[in-house]
This record gives sequence, structure tokens and C-alpha cells, in this order.
Amino acid sequence: MAQFRIPGPLRRLADGHVTVDVEATDLVGAIVALDAQYPGFKDRLLDENGDLRQFVNIYLNDEDIRLGSGLGAKVGEKDEISIVPAVAGG
Amino acid sequence: MPKVIGLRCRECGAEYELQATHVCEMCFGPLDAVYDQAALKKVVSRQRIEQGPTSMWRYRDLLPVEDSVAVVTLGEGLTPLVKADRLGAELGLRNLYLKNDSMNPTNSFKDRVVSVAISWARAHGFETIACASTGNLANAVAAYAARAGLECFVFIPVDLEPAKVASISVFDPNLVTVRGNYDDVNRLCSQLIESTPWAFCNINIRPFYAEGSKTLTFETAEQLGWKLPDEIIIPIASGCQFVRHRQAARELIEYGLVRGDRVPAFTGAQALGCAPVYNAFHSDTPDRVLPVKPDTIARSIAIGNPSDGVYVNRIARETGGVVEAVTEEEIVNAMRLLARTEGIFTETAGGVTIGVLAKLARAGRWQGDEVVVAYVTGHGLKTADVLTSANGHARRVEIEPTMKSFREKVSL
Repeated sequence: MAQFRIPGPLRRLADGHVTVDVEATDLVGAIVALDAQYPGFKDRLLDENGDLRQFVNIYLNDEDIRLGSGLGAKVGEKDEISIVPAVAGG
Repeated sequence: MPKVIGLRCRECGAEYELQATHVCEMCFGPLDAVYDQAALKKVVSRQRIEQGPTSMWRYRDLLPVEDSVAVVTLGEGLTPLVKADRLGAELGLRNLYLKNDSMNPTNSFKDRVVSVAISWARAHGFETIACASTGNLANAVAAYAARAGLECFVFIPVDLEPAKVASISVFDPNLVTVRGNYDDVNRLCSQLIESTPWAFCNINIRPFYAEGSKTLTFETAEQLGWKLPDEIIIPIASGCQFVRHRQAARELIEYGLVRGDRVPAFTGAQALGCAPVYNAFHSDTPDRVLPVKPDTIARSIAIGNPSDGVYVNRIARETGGVVEAVTEEEIVNAMRLLARTEGIFTETAGGVTIGVLAKLARAGRWQGDEVVVAYVTGHGLKTADVLTSANGHARRVEIEPTMKSFREKVSL
């Protein structure tokens, strides 16, 4: 099982959970699985073209997915997927 | 009556009560402070500003700190606006001005945003101030926290310039050096806000912090005789201050403080070694700013994943500005050019700004009579190490302490 870390602003969607375990082989699959457990996540994270929304950063084991394989990145057992709002810093 | 009445999402318009938060729960967009504009219109005037303190706090009516709050100040702002005739002559610009913000108390523009942020945080009961920083912000936060007597945690990349680390450490904050780049530090702090009761200047209290940037443009207009320039050149890191400068120009017009109603062209400057906003600006999809791994001597603006990058591109296009970038060599050359012509020693980020100014001028962007202002945002001693390398000083000689040696070695 891979594990999502849910940021504060989205925890209401996940019934207050800080982490959610999902069964998936890639990142898109993981988001679909998260959305199946807690509907609403897919729309918050992905735009109408299926791309990652502008103000969302996703880190797969601490690596920004936009710097790596993107949403097609393979996801394995014990991988940690962190959703982090992009608006920060500077 | 409070003048700041809440927060509003810049993307979807959702409104929130006044609180320490920076992200819209609906769309993750950035939140901005909302003012009671009708009430402010009755109060704000040139005369009231001109009679105010000789610091940026003369624009207090337009900052998110209520009148009853005791501000935390070291006399920041109201820095010199210098008419740069010698640099202008080299670049073919007859009305070039430099806003020398390296003259702030901790020698960078960050004193403006931090003075606002810490004043807001202390007034709202926070006991610890924190930030994620490329150096200048940590320097300002540590100094102002000391001034305010507040606990302080600053987070910086482990490999910052020694001069910056020293000028942070002297204020004795809790200094956390993170094994990673600024973007790693920023992500860590974005996650830490959920488990600490701290005010992170550039994260959870960012809507208030960012407002301090506006004072740079307010002052520029006042120092030009209550006129906005034709174009302003601004270094781009996250893009946070760039966005506030357009807002400042709009407020100057809205409140009738300047003549005319034309917003200046806003032009952004990046180092090619960290140019995600420049890359997007010149691509087919300027609304998609893709992150990069920074590799530049302009460390203070080395943000690979800039949160306001998309807004920078929109504002540059809407106002007739551009986003340009320069090489490492051009950065150092521009630092020397500015010093040699105007007697101002700026850090590498200032080298980026002046480098872009020079590049655009030499490419024929201006006719020559436009009023152009470059924001010089940090002092050269912060990054003096870049000048000690191979690109040395050609007019230096070493002599014996004798008249003979002087005559032999120095040509008069």
C-alpha cells in the first residue's frame, strides 16, 4: 500500500485523516483510488485535462513529481505521496 | 472600524475571515488581504502620507496593520531613489532611476515585508516567528524578532553564502540548516505549519507579509513627485513582490495619489541558472511554470518552483513588460557596472536586475526618454565572495612602501 499525506486544507474531504492508504501502481491510479475512498480529491488535484492543478505540488518520497516522471510515476509498496499547497515562500 | 476586513482567494474569489492562513480550501489559490476601500478613500491623502514617519510606515493606511497596533520597526523603507545619469549614459537612458533598497536596516528589501509580518503576528498573539529563506529573509526575520523580543526559527539551505549565515547568526535565532535547496526548505516549512503554533512569515501569514512589498512602489511614486514611472525592473524569485507592485500602482491610482491612470510596464529579471518564469514567459504556455533545479550565484532569488510565477507572466504581458534573464558572467559584470558608474554595491540578485536592464537597453527596448526604475534589492557585501574569483580587479597593483616603487609600478 502507498500512503498519501493529506494537507490541512483537504483533510475535511478525508474525514479528518492525516494519512490515507491506497492500492495503486502509478500516481494517477493512486489519485483515482484516493478519490474512490473520499470523493472530491480528483477534482481538487487534477484539471479538466487530467494535468496536475497549478497550485498543487505532489511529492513522491520527497521528490517533486514535476521534476521527475510526472503523474505517470510508478508507485510501489510503502511509497509516501505528499500533497502540498504550492502557494508558499518567497 | 478595522481597515482589513478579511481574506479573498485570488483565483476563485472565495472569502475567508481574517486569520493566519494563505491557501484557499476550495482551489488552493493564494489568499490576499481585503481592505475596506470605501473607508480608506475618505482617509488616504498625499498630505497625510507626507506628514507621516520618515519610514515606510508613512503608508500605514495601505498596510494590513491596524492603527492601534505598536509596529516592530528598525526604520525600514524610504530608501534613496537615485537618478542614475552615469549608468543611464552607458545605456542610452536619460531618465533612469535606481531604488536603492540595500539601504534598509538589514540591507535588503525584506525588511519591509518582515516589519509588516512581525507587527501583524505579534498583534495576533504569536510568540514565535519563523520563515523559509534563501538568506535575506532569514536575516530580516532574525533581526526583527530580536527587536520585538519574540522567539525565532529560521530555515535555510545548508550551503548559503558565509556572509549571509553570519549576519543571521549574530541575532541568535534558532537556525535550522536544511540539507537541500530552497525549494526543499520551503516544502518542509509548508508541512511544518500544521504541527507548530508559529507564524511563518512567507507561508501562513504570507497575505500580510506580502503587502509590505507595496511600499517600494509607493515610495518610488512619491519620490518621483507623485508620478508612476513608465517601466519598473524587478528581480523574480517566487514572484510574490512583483505581484504586489502592480497592486501598489493600482492603489496609487485608485486613491488619487498619483497623476494619471497608467500602470507602469512591469518587467521581471531572472538568472538563466534559475529561470522557470522566464522559460514559461517565452514558451507557448506562459500559464504553466515548470519547476527547475536552481544553479546560480544569485542565491537570494534561486527559487526553482516559484509560487507566483504564473501571475508574474500575466502581469508582465498585461502591462507591456517582459521577463528577461542573464548569464552568471552578465550578473557579475552588471554588479561591477553599477558600482563603477553609480557607486552602488549590490548583491548578485541586484546584478541580475541591472544585467537585465542593460541587456534590454542594448537590445533597443527604449527610445531614451522613458522613465525607467530598477529595484536594487540587496547589498553587495552579502555576496562579496563572487568578486574574489578569476574575474578580478584589473587596476590593482602591489608596491613597496617607497616613492621609487610607486613611480615604477603606477602610471599616472
